[in-house]
Amino acid sequence: MTIQSKKRAIKILVPVLSVIIALLIGAIVILAIGKNPIVAYKEMFIGAFGSKMSWASNITKMTSLLLTGLAVAFGFRAGVFNIGAEGQMAVGGMAAAVVGINMGQTPMIIAVPVTILCSIMAGAVWASIAGILKAKTGAHEVITTIMLNWIAYHIGNYLVVGPLAVGDGVPKSPEIAKSAQLPPLLTVQASTLPSGIIIAVAAAIIIYIILEKTTAGYELKAVGFNPYAAEYGGISISKNIILTMAISGGLAGLAGAMEVMCVHLRIFGSFTSGRGFDGITIALIGQNSPIGSIFSAFLISSLRTGSTNMQFAGIPDDLVGLIQGIIIFLVAAERIIKTLIIKLFRVKGGENA
Amino acid sequence: MSSTAEINYENYAVVMKDIVKQFPKVLANDRVNLSAKKGEIHAIIGENGAGKSTLMNQLYGLYRQTSGDIYINGQKKDFSGPGDAIKVGIGMVHQHFMLVNNLTVAENIVLGCEPLKDIRFDIKKARKQVKELSEKYGLIVDVDAVIEDLPVGTQQRVEIIKTLYRGAEILILDEPTAVLTPQETQELFVIMKKLKNDGKTILFISHKLNEVMTISDNITVMRQGKVTGRVAKDMTDERQLANMMVGREVVLSIEKPEKTPGETVVKVSGLWVKDNRKLDAVEGLSFEIKKGEVLGIAGVAGNGQTELVEALTGLRKIEKGQYNYKGHDFSRKDVAELRGAKITHIPEDRHKYAMIKEYPNYYNLILGRHLEMPFSRRGFLRKKDIVENADSMIERFDVRPTDSNNPSGNLSGGNQQKLVLAREIGANPDFIVIDQPTRGLDVGAIEYVHKEIINLRQKDVAILLVSMELEEVLTLSDRIIVMYEGRAMGEFKPSELSIEEIGLMMAGKTLEQITQPQNPGGDKK
Repeated sequence: MTIQSKKRAIKILVPVLSVIIALLIGAIVILAIGKNPIVAYKEMFIGAFGSKMSWASNITKMTSLLLTGLAVAFGFRAGVFNIGAEGQMAVGGMAAAVVGINMGQTPMIIAVPVTILCSIMAGAVWASIAGILKAKTGAHEVITTIMLNWIAYHIGNYLVVGPLAVGDGVPKSPEIAKSAQLPPLLTVQASTLPSGIIIAVAAAIIIYIILEKTTAGYELKAVGFNPYAAEYGGISISKNIILTMAISGGLAGLAGAMEVMCVHLRIFGSFTSGRGFDGITIALIGQNSPIGSIFSAFLISSLRTGSTNMQFAGIPDDLVGLIQGIIIFLVAAERIIKTLIIKLFRVKGGENA
Repeated sequence: MSSTAEINYENYAVVMKDIVKQFPKVLANDRVNLSAKKGEIHAIIGENGAGKSTLMNQLYGLYRQTSGDIYINGQKKDFSGPGDAIKVGIGMVHQHFMLVNNLTVAENIVLGCEPLKDIRFDIKKARKQVKELSEKYGLIVDVDAVIEDLPVGTQQRVEIIKTLYRGAEILILDEPTAVLTPQETQELFVIMKKLKNDGKTILFISHKLNEVMTISDNITVMRQGKVTGRVAKDMTDERQLANMMVGREVVLSIEKPEKTPGETVVKVSGLWVKDNRKLDAVEGLSFEIKKGEVLGIAGVAGNGQTELVEALTGLRKIEKGQYNYKGHDFSRKDVAELRGAKITHIPEDRHKYAMIKEYPNYYNLILGRHLEMPFSRRGFLRKKDIVENADSMIERFDVRPTDSNNPSGNLSGGNQQKLVLAREIGANPDFIVIDQPTRGLDVGAIEYVHKEIINLRQKDVAILLVSMELEEVLTLSDRIIVMYEGRAMGEFKPSELSIEEIGLMMAGKTLEQITQPQNPGGDKK
């Protein structure tokens, strides 16, 4: 009992301490370029949370970050490194666009779920290709998903200059039908608070339930922890790898759908803007936990939203990349933090004794 | 233990004196003495887990002994790492090769001490040096071949050349034949003899008696961390070695009630199974197991027992032959189907196969049964029933600590085994495959496990018991088969043969050869 609760505490402490240390190192860098870190962080804070508009922009970013984070985290739990959330998200977005454009007069109550389902399916199928290749031939998913990313990227580019092309200027698709658009929760001037966040948080809760409460979760975590024991227990490794990839890809596909249905209402070249890769960051900081991913997605979206405002104080937004990098480093090299925690505890214990 | 007479250390390449190695929970070496003369091939034999590799790893500086001294060529040495050992001329070829797969032979051999031209790597010189070395000892290799393209036997040669390149005079070969085909083994022996004639000292680790008798000059036998004998090859035979290896200590005799076996549950005939290297590991094995009967499989480790167990439990493909269970063909069933048919399995390596260390006990106690009622329903786990099951199993099988929420990786070895027994016995099997059930357990736990196996027998379960502990097989089995190189050397009842005779079968003699010694050729039927 005590060991377990201690482990849980460390699991939470590692990312929290990593963030604090990263912000401190960031502060040193700010000092080094002759600026005031307190002013910088204050501006960042205002930029992320200071107004309804900043909240809207923050939550918009968080929505797709959370979903791609979930996609990667879910894969990790079954021992699969899905580095292809980017491509799966793109494919999901394309499916949402193609279906959404053709929804015409269909009532919203049908159009929205159909569009969402199609994009989930598209992402799932796309990721399953890598899953099947791994299960049947042993091809490593990191390689295959990266290859699939490029294929998805080029298909997207082709769609917006070819069959779906519309208007002048940047190659883009037409807007999806009104009925396929997800209405915003709130509209603040030009920004909106997307209802997609509800779907994303719901997805996190569903993934949590799958992982912790179902036999599917039991099996795929077993495969992730110890494939030999899983096989011994009659759990099919290949089935679970394919299933994991499909669910992971479905989540990334859903992220694409949210970008199309809530934010851009259309696709254009590389509309995913690297969110799929950000998923790896989110998953790492969130310790591959669906609930943890909610917090880490919010952290990263806040840092990024706040960075714009920070630039007004004369601090380059590269600082956010730096902080993010340090967080990832510290979380990935968790031994450093763990040793730190243990040392701190020991010192305290010594004082008490 | 053994009080070696005062020896003149000068004559010995290696003397290890009173070596003790204590790991957190295991005493791996218990006052071990080893001495190897200059220019001899000295075999160290013993079963898996006897402490041979641990001993050699201390000689190579990978571990530091808890106590005891090491003398190399008469000089006391204190190694703080393999670097120190290499400096005094010790080289080790590990069971798992330490080669860079995508570099060439020459590059691998000089890795770490590359010849230089100014500050650049002088590949020409490296190739020349390696070629000279390989020709000198007849270790024929293509210096420009890439490692991953080479067969295992050749990779091993590269490892040997690597140690020679670093100036090794004392070579440790850790189970070198385990990965080789018979032909490759013969080639290795030729090389070993050449090295010996050149004055090198070779420490040869093995558990195959015939190999030891072929190649070595002197033999040290280990069992459970202790040396049980040191003999010259010419003064011994396989029978004596088998005895020293297997040991004859009196095992707590367990009460085995008389019982008439029931109908046949398992019928295996002409079973062929391949190992991971795609070589035949089980070659045409046949047997039957009846209700309430224990069939014991004895033999030295690595003679196809693991592959047999895996084939019967669905973890390994059956190449040829019949596997009949309750009158149905089960040779193509997968693990889940076999488990569904009430066949359970206590595996040899409980850490690797039988449990997920990170999972709490209550989850591990349903592994393989997680899709059954009441543990799950419509895809959802029923935690209340799962925990209740765990609590009652933990109580019944006396697992400690009793917390069902405790991750199983935190349990001691004995309690982990109890957990596995609880699950596999708790599933009420009709056929259970038990592999090395007491490995690494203390006396109390061994007794407990033995009692549980006898209980299963009383409950009319068909039992296949594989063990490297001959005493264990003798105590528990109704009938015994000795396996050697994938074949059955014979089948008998425990009371029918002496330990010496069984030892001979473990070394490759058939039952006929033993029972008709006056006629070793054997008149064929």
